[in-house]
Amino acid sequence: MKRHLLSAADLSRDDALLILDTAEELARLADRPIKKLPTLRGRTVVNLFYEDSTRTRTSFEAAAKRLSADVINFAAKGSSVSKGESLKDTALTLEAMGADAVVVRHHASGAPHRLANSGWIRGSVVNAGDGTHEHPTQALLDAFTMRRRLGSFDGRRVTIVGDILHSRVARSNVRLLHTLGAQVTLVAPPTLLPVGVATWPCAVSYDLDAELPKSDVVMMLRVQHERMNAAFFPSAREYSRRYGLDGLRFAAMPEHAIVMHPGPMNRGMEIAAEVADSPRSTIVEQVTNGVSVRMAVLYLLLSGSESAIGSTEETS
Amino acid sequence: MSSYLLRGVRPLGGEPTDLLLADGRISEIGCGLSATGAHVVDADGLIALPGLVDLHTHLREPGREDAETVETGTQAAALGGFTAVHAMANTSPVADTAGVVEQVWRLGQQYGHADVRPVGAVTVGIAGEQLAELGAMADCPAGVRVFSDDGHCVSDAVLMRRALEYVKAFDGVIAQHAQEPRLTEGAQMNEGEMSAVLGLGGWPAVAEEAIIARDCLLAAHVGSRLHVCHVSTAGSVELIRWAKSKGWDVTAEVTPHHLLLTDELVASYDPIYKVNPPLRTAADVEALRAGLADGTIDAVATDHAPHPDEAKDCEWAAAAMGMLGLQTALSVVQQVMVDTGLMSWAEVADRMSTRPARIGRVDGHGRALEVGAPANVTLIDPSASWTVEPHALASKSRNTPYRTMTLPGTVYATFLRGNATVLDGKLA
Ligand SMILES: [Zn+2]
Repeated sequence: MKRHLLSAADLSRDDALLILDTAEELARLADRPIKKLPTLRGRTVVNLFYEDSTRTRTSFEAAAKRLSADVINFAAKGSSVSKGESLKDTALTLEAMGADAVVVRHHASGAPHRLANSGWIRGSVVNAGDGTHEHPTQALLDAFTMRRRLGSFDGRRVTIVGDILHSRVARSNVRLLHTLGAQVTLVAPPTLLPVGVATWPCAVSYDLDAELPKSDVVMMLRVQHERMNAAFFPSAREYSRRYGLDGLRFAAMPEHAIVMHPGPMNRGMEIAAEVADSPRSTIVEQVTNGVSVRMAVLYLLLSGSESAIGSTEETS
Repeated sequence: MSSYLLRGVRPLGGEPTDLLLADGRISEIGCGLSATGAHVVDADGLIALPGLVDLHTHLREPGREDAETVETGTQAAALGGFTAVHAMANTSPVADTAGVVEQVWRLGQQYGHADVRPVGAVTVGIAGEQLAELGAMADCPAGVRVFSDDGHCVSDAVLMRRALEYVKAFDGVIAQHAQEPRLTEGAQMNEGEMSAVLGLGGWPAVAEEAIIARDCLLAAHVGSRLHVCHVSTAGSVELIRWAKSKGWDVTAEVTPHHLLLTDELVASYDPIYKVNPPLRTAADVEALRAGLADGTIDAVATDHAPHPDEAKDCEWAAAAMGMLGLQTALSVVQQVMVDTGLMSWAEVADRMSTRPARIGRVDGHGRALEVGAPANVTLIDPSASWTVEPHALASKSRNTPYRTMTLPGTVYATFLRGNATVLDGKLA
């Protein structure tokens, strides 16, 4: 695959499976008394976060440290970034620090593409969430979690529910799950689906109740209350009534089906507490799996010239 | 004043003949002309067009002289074959008073590369609240006839109605930047398949079309002239075709970039492709070409919008909107309209000189190439090609989306009232 991980579309089926298999191997480390591997000793991984996300940043940080990499956290707040330094100048600074990989979270869609393709830095770029575009490592950890619970992807039905329009998690999951052979259905009020969604490799429905009995996985997305101020839906109560996963709807799911959520949750809005805390909810597991998957991504991108992830592709 | 004998030139791409430019006019046309003392130009294979007129140019002066000045912008214009440009009003200070438009007009005269026709703002500070002193701008030496809040839409229907009515007193025209503001809050690119994938805020076609429909109806209601800036969607072309079919006095322009580039380029997230209105789909491009060819769209206008490097060397959302256009316009039009067989050179002259001059009420420009007409003439070599090198352009800025592209057609010479502003492809 490519030198960078910017989008789930960058991953072939083989790339994706290799990452998941590698993550499985690395996950076994977690059971050993010494959790560290020397693989990335002497390599520098920079976490460049323009948005607050302790959850994602600490996950990447733990992943890099377990591979013995040096980690630099470059947060937008408390650095020159908040004084308005340009992305380019920050990138040049990171290059001067000798960053081998830059893990970037940015509020602007495409910012990781710019970092990777503008000739500002030589290291690998990992997209840790960009605007309303993509969050590929979240999709990978979701896929990892699904495979652990359900075995394989072929023919599995995954229903993703919520604010698809603004969700980078949904975009990455649709791409990746399609690549892996699952059947994805998006469920949302029409206002929260992008114009153009018809060309995505998935089905679309406005009716959650019709989809639940057919689903192997139901992934609930966070819906921000503020969206109702922009008339995406009339009220939190109505949203919850039509698209929330409550106990009754949970009971309509097949017995083997699991419930996922990328977090952070709005309990009582898109998901009821009893559902979030059920044994068929994978929400805590997803966090644990995040570290293994991110270790696999960093390992495959950085471990040597014949990167196990696949061929390198030069970008200009 | 020197005179020029253009030997073997093909007016509007027709049969070769000789053209004598003397005393600021086309003084003779015919085979085997001779003129003592005239500078002879071997124009074998070259096409003569009436000097091009741009209805939509951002010269950035006053206020953003780091991006462009009247001097560098009109140099780029001359090199692109233009003899007159309309300088948009969104400068700093805004061109909303007679003082500012007169200053811009005088700078144009001082440098002499092309006639500068200032556009006056419709509203004070292009803030969309209060009419600017349109009459004062019309009556001052700059003689403003085109008024526009370009960059912003005159979205208030009452204000737009009043502006359309008011400028009738001095034969003015309102050039509307059609963008419904509420529908384009946070908009970053054309709303459709690409915006859905790229996660960039969508800029729906309807935001442009709804304003055009409203303005056509307003113009018809009050019997005024309306000009629509940079139409970018298939639906806009249909609406303008409909308005013209009613006999209403509605004109429209299209930019070269909307005739060539599509929103698929945004997949690179390179802000060199960020522009207002945004690049649209291939179907829109096709409809725009057809609309230009059948005359629904009256003019090609560059929307030349220089920006310094740092305004583009950043993430998409932070970047400025706009692209250079003066030096590449004719080549792009040749590639997409002439070389494809959609338009003749005579039609290029109509859309890039005759009609824009008429819309802007630009005296002495856009005239037929005939004896006695002012010698505003552009000589082009349609068989040559060139590769766009941003640093080699005359503009102060380098934000061209055509960098490294090879385009057909070069401007060999430009004459402004008989004086060469460009000769042998270089500033004279
Ligand atoms: Zn405009």
